[in-house]
Amino acid sequence: MAHLEDLKLTHRLFVEAYPFRTVDWAPGACLSKPLAHSRLAIISSAGVHLPSQTPFDLDFRGGDFSFRELPNTLDVRELRISQRSSDFDQMGAREDANLVFPLDRFRELVERGEIGGLNDRHFGLMGSISAPGRLLSESAPGIAQLLRQDGVDAAFLVPA
Amino acid sequence: MCNQSVGLIAGVIEKAGIPTVGLSLLQMITKKVRPPRALYVPFPFGYPLGRPHDAKLQHRIIRVALGLLESPEELPILHEFKVD
Repeated sequence: MAHLEDLKLTHRLFVEAYPFRTVDWAPGACLSKPLAHSRLAIISSAGVHLPSQTPFDLDFRGGDFSFRELPNTLDVRELRISQRSSDFDQMGAREDANLVFPLDRFRELVERGEIGGLNDRHFGLMGSISAPGRLLSESAPGIAQLLRQDGVDAAFLVPA
Repeated sequence: MCNQSVGLIAGVIEKAGIPTVGLSLLQMITKKVRPPRALYVPFPFGYPLGRPHDAKLQHRIIRVALGLLESPEELPILHEFKVD
């Protein structure tokens, strides 16, 4: 487990004083069918994107809240990472992007029949966002709407 | 802040009627953000799925996390992943 002590001192002091936000999601949603018949989408906040897509803006004040659509057909070896957080050690993810966007692992679970299938698109964000207002008012509802439109049964989220 | 961002996105998607489960690298933040379902993983920042190219471990983490979607427990479900 990562601990607060793993953060740089300035970041730790920031986190300790930070007014974390919450979303009132009650009562929550339920899977409508078994996982073996469900179609899933992956959402990663590691800052992954395709080489052809605009990288996340690391200078954006409060954190770049935009998202990238990641096609289910992509090869994880082609993914790039733009991430503002200096606490995030990118060495591992550069060696194996499945560490932060486990698409190959999900494909294998589909092949084994443990999951019904994968959505045609997944989503990438750069999660180092200290001012999440527009993440909450624009990006997250935007992703939710696309997932509903696609008829996705469940979403799997990965921080970094 | 990644752990807050993921928790907030999960909450918004869940509210839209789609069940979610997320990994968490920092229990203290996830407890405050309170997403519907989260699996705390005992790995450093940048390594939410454990180790590069360790497909077996990565599968286990995903399976345990997805299992929370089928759990009858009351939400929020915040569990810890145990490494063998």
